[in-house]
Amino acid sequence: MIKVENLVKTYGSIVASNNLNCHFEKGKITVILGGSGSGKSTLLRQITGLEKPDSGAVHFDGLDLTCTDKKSLYEKRKKMGMLFQGSALFNYLNIFENIAFPLREHTRIADNVIKTIVTMKLEMVGLRGTEHLMPSQLSGGMTKRVGLARAIVMDPKVIFYDEPTSGLDPISTGVIDKLIRDLNRKLNITSIVVSHDIESCFRIADKVIILFYGDIIAEGTVEEIKTSEDLKVQQFIKGEPEGPIPFTRTDKNYVEDLLLE
Amino acid sequence: MDMAASLGQVTIRRIQILGRSGIFLFVSFIQVFTPPVRVHRLIKEIEFIGSKSFLIVFVTALFTGMVLGLQGHHTLTQFGAEALLGSAVALSIIRELGPVLCALMVTGRAGSAITAEIGIMKITDQFPALEMMAIDPLKYVISPKILAGIISLPLLTAFFDLVGISGGFLVGVKLLGVNEGAYFGKMISAVTFSDIYGGILKSLSFGVLIAWISCFMGFFAQPTTEGVSKATTQSVVLTSLSILVVDYILTSLLL
Ligand SMILES: Nc1ncnc2c1ncn2[C@@H]1O[C@H](COP(=O)(O)OP(=O)(O)OP(=O)(O)O)[C@@H](O)[C@H]1O
Ligand SMILES: [Mg+2]
Repeated sequence: MIKVENLVKTYGSIVASNNLNCHFEKGKITVILGGSGSGKSTLLRQITGLEKPDSGAVHFDGLDLTCTDKKSLYEKRKKMGMLFQGSALFNYLNIFENIAFPLREHTRIADNVIKTIVTMKLEMVGLRGTEHLMPSQLSGGMTKRVGLARAIVMDPKVIFYDEPTSGLDPISTGVIDKLIRDLNRKLNITSIVVSHDIESCFRIADKVIILFYGDIIAEGTVEEIKTSEDLKVQQFIKGEPEGPIPFTRTDKNYVEDLLLE
Repeated sequence: MDMAASLGQVTIRRIQILGRSGIFLFVSFIQVFTPPVRVHRLIKEIEFIGSKSFLIVFVTALFTGMVLGLQGHHTLTQFGAEALLGSAVALSIIRELGPVLCALMVTGRAGSAITAEIGIMKITDQFPALEMMAIDPLKYVISPKILAGIISLPLLTAFFDLVGISGGFLVGVKLLGVNEGAYFGKMISAVTFSDIYGGILKSLSFGVLIAWISCFMGFFAQPTTEGVSKATTQSVVLTSLSILVVDYILTSLLL
């Protein structure tokens, strides 16, 4: 469904994507794992065509998104839904209008039908009754669920989730996990989830890709990842502070850094 | 050598920004006329830029007209020419003060708010969100603002002119006793069509300028809170200065 080839993206001296190759299968849930700043969001932005890579290609449904014109890109986008890391709700619209927004823009559905659809989506994320509130009146976890409701309102074929469960309580996390799985299993929606939540990842993933500062260091099913011999992978999934993955990003010796001004 | 290089670098960056802002304006302007045209967005923006500026423009115009009446009367009586007060007030307001002061007030009120609004939309990922819904952010957010600026400013300026002249009338005729017939009679014979036309042209240009700079500064602000607050200040300063410079250029062309 989606295939990434030789993707390179740098920001100044930071290499956010270092020659990435991977593909995302139709009807599967692929989870991209990685620490903070490992280039997960950047990869997602490139797959969706929001950002152009320095070089490389992204094939989506037979179209190279990196060198297509805006019209066909927008045509493809109508099949995509995305949940942003910060939800990205429109702050001048209330919850109802936020979710109804894509319907109002792209369809001519009557108001009462829109109301039914929005109510159904809100029920799915457990937020029925918040229609008239503004995004600023919701908690972080709630805005995330509204963002998810908005992402699925057009019934997309592919959904991208940027950290859907970060900042959520365990029950909400469970609900979102179940929702991602249900959408995938029942409606056969291809899902690409960016996350650093290992437990939730293992619950939902068909395939896991682990990123480490712009490189893919592991790729496979949950079983394969769990039994991987790679020390970095083991350190990451066990969350150990000591190991081959350094906590700080500089190579300079700490003591020297402290003593030598 | 180093200095020359860094000077060149700064120049190139400036020209790049200029080019980028030009493209930005051009694309948003073209988008105004490509379907679908979102009338409700336009009306909302006109309400924000235009109708919400009414009070501030009213107060500015009233006091500007009144002080012109006072100053004009003071000066003109020294030559025994207070009958000319009407034309003096009307000409200075219609040609200069109306368009310029009105634009400066709208910059302070709406321009800064536009930059902040767009900057906040940017740091909260609302533009990529629009993109992901297959909606062009330039068309959806920016174009209506630019069109609203073009529509609102001439109307506000006309309103400013009216109130300003009434302010002069209030002080000159009602307070200081200039003959009412002379105030309006001399005004009608002194103000020509080209004065009015020039005023409208100026206000149109200022409308574009305000919407353009405020939107551009917000859209390309550094995506941080400091970036947005910096962009807001810069946008007000830059717009105000541009208004004064463009005013000079237009005046020299029109005279
Ligand atoms: N627009 C940008 N300009 C400059 N650097 C950027 C930009 N976007 C990302 N980066 C850098 O690229 C690297 C990867 O960023 P990215 O946002 O993809 O990380 P992430 O894996 O999503 O992290 P997190 O889990 O914290 O969201 C980071 O070092 C970041 O500083
Ligand atoms: Mg991220």
